[in-house]
Amino acid sequence: MASTLCRVIQFHTHHFFSSPAVLFRRNKAGMMYCTMKSTQSPDATRELKMPQAKVAPDNYRKLDKVTEGFEAVIGLETHVQLNTVTKAFCSCPYSYGSQPNTNICPVCMGLPGALPVLNAKVIECAVKLGLALNCKLAFASKFDRKQYFYPDLPKGYQISQFDIPIATGGYIDVDLPLEFGGGHRRFGITRAHMEEDAGKLLHTGNSSFSQVDLNRAGVPLLEIVSEPDMRTGVEAAEYAAEIQRLVRYLGISNGNMQEGSLRCDVNVSVRPIGQLEFGTKVEVKNLNAFSAIGRAVDYEISRQSLLYSKGQGDEVVQETRLWDEGSQKTVTMRKKEGLADYRYFPEPDLPEVILTEGYVEKIRQSLPEIPEAKRRRYEEMGLGMQDVLFLANDISVANFFDTTVAKGVDVKLAANWIMGDIAAYMKDEKVSIGEIKLTPDELAELIKSIKDGTISGKIGKEILFELIAKGGTVKGLIKEKDLVQITDAGEIEKMVDQVISENPKQVEQYRGGRTKLQGFFAGQVMKMSKGKANPAILNSILLEKLNSSS
Amino acid sequence: MGSTTRFQSPRLIVVVLPSRRRLLHPLRFPPPPPPAKPHRRTFHFTPTLCFSQPQTQTQTPTQPPHSQILSIRRSLLSRSVTALDLAESHLARLNLAEPRLRSFLHVSDSVLREAREIDEKIHRNEETGLLAGVLVGVKDNICAINMPATAGSKLLQGYFPPFDATAVKKVKQSGGIVVGKTNMDEFGMGSTTERSSYQVTANPWDTSRVPGGSSGGSAAAVSAGQCVVSLGSDTGGSVRQPASFCGVVGLKPTYGRVSRYGLMAYASSLDVIGCFGTSVADAAILLHAISGHDKLDATCSKLDVPDFTAQFMSASLLDSQPLKGLKIGLIRETVNDGVDTGVISSIQGAALHMEALGCTVTEVSLPSFSLGLPAYYILASSESSSNLSRYDGVRYGNRAAAEELSNLYGDSRAQGFGPEVKMRIMMGTYALSAGYYDAYYKRAQQVRTLVQKSFKSALAENDILISPAAPSAAYKIGEKKNDPLAMYAGDIMTVNVNLAGLPALVVPCGFVNQGKTRLPVGVQMIGAAFDEDKLLRIGHIFEQTLQCSNFAPPLADSISS
Repeated sequence: MASTLCRVIQFHTHHFFSSPAVLFRRNKAGMMYCTMKSTQSPDATRELKMPQAKVAPDNYRKLDKVTEGFEAVIGLETHVQLNTVTKAFCSCPYSYGSQPNTNICPVCMGLPGALPVLNAKVIECAVKLGLALNCKLAFASKFDRKQYFYPDLPKGYQISQFDIPIATGGYIDVDLPLEFGGGHRRFGITRAHMEEDAGKLLHTGNSSFSQVDLNRAGVPLLEIVSEPDMRTGVEAAEYAAEIQRLVRYLGISNGNMQEGSLRCDVNVSVRPIGQLEFGTKVEVKNLNAFSAIGRAVDYEISRQSLLYSKGQGDEVVQETRLWDEGSQKTVTMRKKEGLADYRYFPEPDLPEVILTEGYVEKIRQSLPEIPEAKRRRYEEMGLGMQDVLFLANDISVANFFDTTVAKGVDVKLAANWIMGDIAAYMKDEKVSIGEIKLTPDELAELIKSIKDGTISGKIGKEILFELIAKGGTVKGLIKEKDLVQITDAGEIEKMVDQVISENPKQVEQYRGGRTKLQGFFAGQVMKMSKGKANPAILNSILLEKLNSSS
Repeated sequence: MGSTTRFQSPRLIVVVLPSRRRLLHPLRFPPPPPPAKPHRRTFHFTPTLCFSQPQTQTQTPTQPPHSQILSIRRSLLSRSVTALDLAESHLARLNLAEPRLRSFLHVSDSVLREAREIDEKIHRNEETGLLAGVLVGVKDNICAINMPATAGSKLLQGYFPPFDATAVKKVKQSGGIVVGKTNMDEFGMGSTTERSSYQVTANPWDTSRVPGGSSGGSAAAVSAGQCVVSLGSDTGGSVRQPASFCGVVGLKPTYGRVSRYGLMAYASSLDVIGCFGTSVADAAILLHAISGHDKLDATCSKLDVPDFTAQFMSASLLDSQPLKGLKIGLIRETVNDGVDTGVISSIQGAALHMEALGCTVTEVSLPSFSLGLPAYYILASSESSSNLSRYDGVRYGNRAAAEELSNLYGDSRAQGFGPEVKMRIMMGTYALSAGYYDAYYKRAQQVRTLVQKSFKSALAENDILISPAAPSAAYKIGEKKNDPLAMYAGDIMTVNVNLAGLPALVVPCGFVNQGKTRLPVGVQMIGAAFDEDKLLRIGHIFEQTLQCSNFAPPLADSISS
């Protein structure tokens, strides 16, 4: 409820109050409904810190009053930076954060006479993504030049694909987070095409000049254009999160939003429910986190709906707006003066891209299980949606789980260990599942050892942290620390007898009616056995002894 | 090593100067009459190849052009001359001619050092490449390290590329010495070399005339003996037309035969690097040196490069009809109205000569021929509008001082580009604009497909096609400068070949007279894609058997004497 309130207040703030102080205060309040942190973080480590279940504002998806009667139409353009060793059209390496202009050559600097030569890996990545997005592949596609002047674009044109993209007409399946009500969605993919990235402008404090860093120029990108199938900020954000999951599963990009490896531009329009034509489309840029996508979209929906409901629909104009994280609102970046004319024409320096059936088939065979398939499989394994979403969110966690389960251990137990103690450890220590010393094999061994009674659950928990932090094997630790559970009833009976005889006062009290003291005795026996006594046997012997002799 | 032995094969052309004296003075043009006229078979053809030339011109008996490259190689390997001698005499000649010709924008200061290095190699009996000691002129739009590369544009004044073009790298690997960068129409846009931002190059046959263009500097330099061979580039005829105007051999290879890496792009789908030489053999040897697959150019062919001169035969070894059985198609559309009558007679003479060599010459019609010119200008302008957008003054070249980014772009380009370049950028930008693309660019591409098809069918019927290389001989400097349409029309003979991507060879075949001046005319021979081999063999035999084969310009005389 609170979050809904915040949004309404915040929304009204922007439109009815002009005091910056008010704005600032409300902005802080607005932060409260940043509920999509789980998918916002760039890498698995950080994502795990915020399991999706943390904040579950049931009211989030309720429409604001002002948006009642309106429907939003949302589509995304996503740029995925590929993690190929070299750039798209030259042999320069690319690594994020290098010194400016150190990974450049005549080709990516656009020096006169230099020519692009396509990196075959880019096609491989595009085909992988195209197949994973259920697209139709163009067996003969081509590159085109998209022309505009900008200092970060060294050739004066971007090599892209225009009328024959490599992949068209697919879809992606998404499971919405439970805290937003859950639910399965299928969003259409209009197209995916290959293109090159531009350089970066470094704006100095001194506004008289800017600097150009061409390290990123020529880095391969896949641009994925969705159908306008999304209706809410949550759907848009989750679509983007699923794209991130997918490219990480496919191993074609690190999908890191902070580094700009995954960039989303969102198109939002609003129309009265029942109207067939789309409303005026507004493009929102500068979305650096999935949570920002959700918030920016919801902000836009409110902003546009309000204008329409007040009869000021003509103030919704086709424009590009920036999401301002500080003020939690979108601001006009540039109004479009008609359509930009990029004067596309076929890139004469590059031959057509011809795919063969055999090549595509080979890639199809090598595709990993995509997130959607994984989630459906986990569901069939009997896991709850919460577990499914958690485990499938990060491919390395999913792989850890899969390998553990492949050892024949109980699915639910494996999930619990991973989502519980292991996830907690990773969160505390800020490490990823790949960085912990525990291997899936040992986790399976641990689960088995508990199940077959070799060690107690309590001991299991203890050695788990040792396994995570220092490594080693379950068997080795059990042996080294002499942790094998005592299941010999005679041995336990001896210890029970000793404890009873050593605590006559408590025995008296117990027999006098304070049966709660059973726990005390159990604890004493457990202490005596150094935690190794089998709790079930212990308790049955203990109860028998305490109750029987009078 | 392999190449050395190859050229000792008796089957090779050995049309060299018989005398030792000649080897010591290899740069004298025209060659002095040989002590004894070599035995020549008589051929059954009208011996008036140079009919356009007046009877008053008493033609001294000459011998067919020889390969300067091979004679340099022989004299170097026989130690009868040093590379340093050759370089010095060439440089002297270059400097003597330069004030009148202005063919070079830059002359290398390391020529003598490089020549000495070759001499040392030879002294140590180390293997040297086929172009060892050969001075090669390089068109200024082809990048060579440690030399400026301006493409004839003010915008790139002072730009030093940090890499060698693949063709230049290959020339160097073969031992060739890059003597300098030759003048050209800015970015290759022009047919006279008057569109250079720096200087106008003169035609060595008549310094009041243009050398053609855009590779005018490269053609004039070879013609005047300022260098042995040279590299040019041909987008719509920029090697072949100046070759015709300057009386040298010009070779435009198949698109994709030579890597374009390091060639500043004008129209990427049409541009090729081509060769100039004083003989077909030299052009062939140079082409062989620069050809082959290059992983830096995705449009560069992976096909094997044959040894083009392997089948060349000395004139003395040819039988009476060495081209017997070959079918030659004379393109009808190239010898009709609008073409200089002197040019037409020269081409007809060339056709007769070919018949005499045993060929069957028939007229063929290429119905789409006239469409090629407008299609070419749309495509070339469109691509150039894109290719030239990198010249923004941000990273290299001249940058205008400006407060605003848009002014920086606008002023740098306004001040840097010449009027012809600006016009083509605007035409190309227009043709690619939304709403016009289909009417211009797309239709031009359709015409291009038609042109390709018509060439293909004509070449299925004929071994090669012939035509003039230009509708006229060299015209006066300034004559067409203010009439762009007339200048564009001059490209009618050559642009179709670029649209089809085919190889073409221009070989001097005759003269026309303009008053007192004799001006050379070349015949264009067009072959099937990647069949330079056949083209060069025919061209070689044609050249070796041509009667009036002295195509050394008067200027070369004056500076050698």
